[in-house]
Amino acid sequence: MRALTYHGKHDVRVDTVPDPEIVNPRDAIIEVTSTAICGSDLHLYDGVIPGVLSGDILGHEFMGRVVDTGRDSTLKKGQRVVVPFTISCGACFHCQKQQYSACDNSNPADTQDLTEPVYGQALSALFGYSHLTGGYPGGQAEYVRVPYSDVGPVVIPDGLDDEKVLFLSDILPTGWMAAENCQIEPGDTVAVWGCGPVGLFAVQSALLMGAAQVIAIDHYPHRLDLARRMGAKVIDYRRTRVLEALREMTGGVGPDAVIDAVGMESHGLAVDNVMDTVKQKVGMGADRGHALREAIMACRKGGRVSVPGVYGGFLDKFPLGAFMEKGLQWRTGQTHVQRYTKDLLRRIEEGEIDTTFLISHRLPLEDAPRGYDNFRNNQDEWTKVVLTP
Amino acid sequence: MTIQPYRRHRRHRRQRHDERPNLVLAIGAGLFAVGAIALWQARQRAMRHHRGVRDSAPGRTSRRTYYNGLAVTGRSVTINRPRAELYAFWRDFTNLPQFMENIDEVEVQGDLTSWTIRAPAGRSVLVKTRIVSDRENEQIAWRSVDGSDVETEGKVMLHDAPGGRGTVVEAVIAYRPPGGELGRLIAKLFQAEPEVQGRRDLKRFKMLMETGEVSTADNRKPD
Repeated sequence: MRALTYHGKHDVRVDTVPDPEIVNPRDAIIEVTSTAICGSDLHLYDGVIPGVLSGDILGHEFMGRVVDTGRDSTLKKGQRVVVPFTISCGACFHCQKQQYSACDNSNPADTQDLTEPVYGQALSALFGYSHLTGGYPGGQAEYVRVPYSDVGPVVIPDGLDDEKVLFLSDILPTGWMAAENCQIEPGDTVAVWGCGPVGLFAVQSALLMGAAQVIAIDHYPHRLDLARRMGAKVIDYRRTRVLEALREMTGGVGPDAVIDAVGMESHGLAVDNVMDTVKQKVGMGADRGHALREAIMACRKGGRVSVPGVYGGFLDKFPLGAFMEKGLQWRTGQTHVQRYTKDLLRRIEEGEIDTTFLISHRLPLEDAPRGYDNFRNNQDEWTKVVLTP
Repeated sequence: MTIQPYRRHRRHRRQRHDERPNLVLAIGAGLFAVGAIALWQARQRAMRHHRGVRDSAPGRTSRRTYYNGLAVTGRSVTINRPRAELYAFWRDFTNLPQFMENIDEVEVQGDLTSWTIRAPAGRSVLVKTRIVSDRENEQIAWRSVDGSDVETEGKVMLHDAPGGRGTVVEAVIAYRPPGGELGRLIAKLFQAEPEVQGRRDLKRFKMLMETGEVSTADNRKPD
C-alpha cells in the first residue's frame, strides 16, 4: 500500500509499504477514505518529538471502511468508522474510569520502557506518533490495522459525509475536552491561546458550554477571522499587549479560565520564547512554553488553566509562584477521545456543531508532503489539510 | 554518523591550541575525578553506617541490591481480574511463554520444572526449579535445584487490590548473575536481564489477562 512515511526533519515521503493484516483477535483493518494532517504532526515534522524513526507511517486523524475483522472484533465488514487517535483497551483501570488516553495496555511492553523512566509511568499508545507512544503505524495510508476495534472506532451512519465527522478522531474532542476542563460557569470569560484547529474548536465548545465571552489570541489574520466568525473576540498579539488587553476586557479581573492550545512550539519574539527556541534548537530544552506562561499570568485568581497543547519535556522560567499564589487549578492531558465521540456525533447529526469550515485544502495522499510543507509554512491560509488515499 | 564530524572537529581544535590549555584541562579533569571518587566513597561509607528506620517499603526497593550474593529484583502490577483466575493461569507453567518472551521452552515433571531461557548473544540457559511453596490463589515460590545453569529463587504473590480494583501481583526474583555484576550489566545491555525481562513480562501478563491479547505495534504477524 501507499503511506506517508517519516524520513527526517522536514522530510516526509509517500512510500510503498507492506499492507497491514490482522495480528490480534480484536483487530480490524480499515481502508482509509479520509485522513488529516494534525498540528501535532508538525511537531514530528519539525523533529522536536523524540522516538520517531525513519520509515514510520504518520497520521492519527483518519476514518474509513472496515475491510477485515479479527475473531473478537465487534465491527462488520463494510461499516464506515472514525478511529480515535488514542489506542485504548477498554478493560484496564484507566479505561474503565474513561481515562482512555491513560490506557495501561495499548503501549507494547518494550516501548513502555521508553517513557516510564522519564514520566514516572509509561504512556499509552497513539496512532502514527513517536515510539514513546508505541510506534503504531498511522492513518496517512491506504490501510490501517486498528487494535481493540471493539472499543475505539465510532460507526458512522450512511448519509453523513466524511468531512462532517472526520475530526471526531482527534481535534473536535480535543477542543471539547479543553473547554470542559475549564469548568465553565455562567458569566465566565475564557481566553484561548492559538487559533489552530484545536483552539477554534475550543472556542466553539466554550461558547456551547455557556461562556459569556471567549477571547482568542493569535497573529494570523485568517485564523483570527475564523475565531471571530465562531463568536469569539480576538487579540492579535503582534499588535496588542496581551496581558493588559485581557485584564481590560474582563473588568480588571482576568479570564476565569485560560486554554493553551499552542503547545511546545510557541511563535513570537518574546524574550522567553527566543531563549526557549535557542535551547530547543541545540537540544537543551524540549519545550517552548511562552503561551503557557502568559496564560498563567493572565488567569484570574482561583481560575482554571486547561492545556490541550502538546508538551514533551521540561520547561523553565515557569511562573510557579503565580500559579500557586493565585490558587490556580490545572487540567491537561491527551484527549480521552472515546469519552466524547458519541455525544459529539449526536451534536454533529443535529447540526449543533459544524467542523467543515476548518478545511482549507483537500489533497490526494500522494501530495501529502506538499500538505505538510504548506500547513507548516503557510499557516494563515492552510488551516486544515484533508488527504484522500 | 553524527558523532564522527564532532570528534573530527574536536581533534582539529586540540591541534590548534598550544599545550597550556591541555595542561589546565588535565589538572581540572584530575581534580574532578578525585572529587568524584571521594564523594562516591563518602556515600558508600554513609550507606554502610546508615542503618535507617525499618520502613514499610518492600526489600526489593532497598538501595542495597544484593543479599547473600544474590541480586534481588522485583516488581508489582495491578491487574483488573480476580485473584483465582490469575493464580490458575500462572500455576500452569506451560502458559507462561505466552507472555514471557525470553522463555523458549517449559517442561514440567511433577514439582520439577525445566526452563530454557534465552540469554545474551544468542545463547540460552537451562534453569531447573522446584516449587518450594504453593498456596492456592496466594503464592507460588520456587528455587533452583542442582544442575541448573543459574542459581535463582523467586516467588509470585497475589492479593486483592483495594476498592475492587482487581489483584496486585508481586513477583520477586533473586539470582546469582553469571559473570557477576559485569555480566549483569552486559545482560541489561542485551535486555536479557531478569529485572528488564520481569518488568516487561508482568506488563504482558496484565495485557493478556485484561484484554485477551498482548499488544503489538507490528502491522503483520511474525513469519
